[in-house]
Amino acid sequence: MARRGWIWFAVPAATLFLAFWLLPMAGLALIGAEIKDGQSAYLTVLTRPQYWISLFNTVALSLAATLATLLLALPVGRFLAWHRDFPGRRLLMSLLMFPLAFPGVVVGFLIILLAGRQGVIGNITSWLTGDRMVFAYGMGGLFLGYLYFSLPRCIGVLAAAAEQIDASLLEAARTLGASPWRRFVDIELPALTPALIGAGAMSFATSMGAFGTAFTLATQIDVLPITIYNEFTNYANIPVAAALSIVLGLATWAVLYVAHSLAGARLGAAG
Amino acid sequence: MNASKTDTRLGLAITLAVAAFLIGPVVLSVLAGLTKNYFVGLSSGLTLRWIEQVWSLYADTIWRSFAVALLTLAICTVVGVPAAWVLTLYRGRLARALEELLTLPVAVPGLASALALIVSWGTVRGLRGSIWFIVIGHVLFTLPFMVRAARASMHGADLATLDEAAATLGASRTQRFLQIVVPNAASGIVTGALTVLTLSIGEFNLTWLLHTPLTTTLTVGLADSYASMRLEIASAYTLVFLLMLVPLLVGLQWLAARGDRPSRIAPTRTSSP
Repeated sequence: MARRGWIWFAVPAATLFLAFWLLPMAGLALIGAEIKDGQSAYLTVLTRPQYWISLFNTVALSLAATLATLLLALPVGRFLAWHRDFPGRRLLMSLLMFPLAFPGVVVGFLIILLAGRQGVIGNITSWLTGDRMVFAYGMGGLFLGYLYFSLPRCIGVLAAAAEQIDASLLEAARTLGASPWRRFVDIELPALTPALIGAGAMSFATSMGAFGTAFTLATQIDVLPITIYNEFTNYANIPVAAALSIVLGLATWAVLYVAHSLAGARLGAAG
Repeated sequence: MNASKTDTRLGLAITLAVAAFLIGPVVLSVLAGLTKNYFVGLSSGLTLRWIEQVWSLYADTIWRSFAVALLTLAICTVVGVPAAWVLTLYRGRLARALEELLTLPVAVPGLASALALIVSWGTVRGLRGSIWFIVIGHVLFTLPFMVRAARASMHGADLATLDEAAATLGASRTQRFLQIVVPNAASGIVTGALTVLTLSIGEFNLTWLLHTPLTTTLTVGLADSYASMRLEIASAYTLVFLLMLVPLLVGLQWLAARGDRPSRIAPTRTSSP
């Protein structure tokens, strides 16, 4: 076929990717395996509790933020899917999607305006109780930041999925006497499961790798991206930074991969 | 529709609360950037002084970010659109693998990609200190979005048949690509282009590690202002950034609403903040 000759058109992209991502990444993985202080950095990373704590913090925080995001995004997505025509809907959609384009540093700054030393929450609580509530510069602020950048993504995905639900199924269930709760659990939830898995994985993966938000809030927060950054810049411990990056990269990719195939399998079973 | 009254009310309440959480801080930031003294409040009066200060302090970062974004876009278009066409034509295992691989820099945290680049290419003379180092990082990160958007619009039209017809009439490959494939995929390419610009201007994780004191960009400047400037200046700078984003986002939304909807602004995997 005449199609064969086209393959050359993909060569620039493949070359770029190979030269500037795949080979450098392999190089990074090798640096992590170099022997320093009698053992490879991977072994150091795996045997020192401080790195385990950092990893545990990152996973726990990302998981908590993901669950909270899904719990909030699900009703919003459903609401937007069931009400496709009301005044101001387009504006509301734009407002909900606007933060998608914000980098992590900006999200961090917005969290400071919300819960920082001069933040709104502090003003309100000090007016109400006399005590100023400030939680932007620690895990609480980071949790809020992860929620902030995960919500628009998940709302978009869940609203799109909820729009696809066959309304006649719900109608039929209602005429047969199913309660709203039963209809939600038996019809909507199974139909939304692939989207929930997909959105959840995306939110989890972004949270795991989020550097900018934590960087703005405080460089003392013990999460993996900050640990990697500190190892690299403050201690110039490149092997450990490399090993941690590889661990973080693999973990993130694995979560996305598993969710991808899981959601795909679910979709196949449903259809 | 099917939703019960309580369902609707609860849904509306949560939606409004979420919207307030997402937009409230943005409004605060805009106000802080325009208020004479944020600690006193709006009663101290409005001013453009902070915006002027941002301009005198950080104008170079803004111009540099534009340059980086445009260079990134140029490379992404030249490299990504042909790749998208190949991935549309070939459905084999190799094509699938290439597609998966190209999205890896988006799936893997930017910090790791940046470290890898520094370790392998940081010692090349003249590269580390130039904006090209940042452009390379941005291209890796934005290329999948261009490929996906372009592919989405190539998929619909029966371009393969058109292309074969043109081939039997004697058109060369480059001619066919430029005169058949590209014009038919234009809407997707424009969507991809706006996405690339938006992502490049807002990219921080890679940029923070790849920049040098002589190549600071907008987001690097933002981080700097958050750490060391008074709240009003940091807010005014954020306002300038938001104003740069708005036309890009409006354009994206307009394209998405224009019917063919090549892709949403939120592809399944997006940037890591």
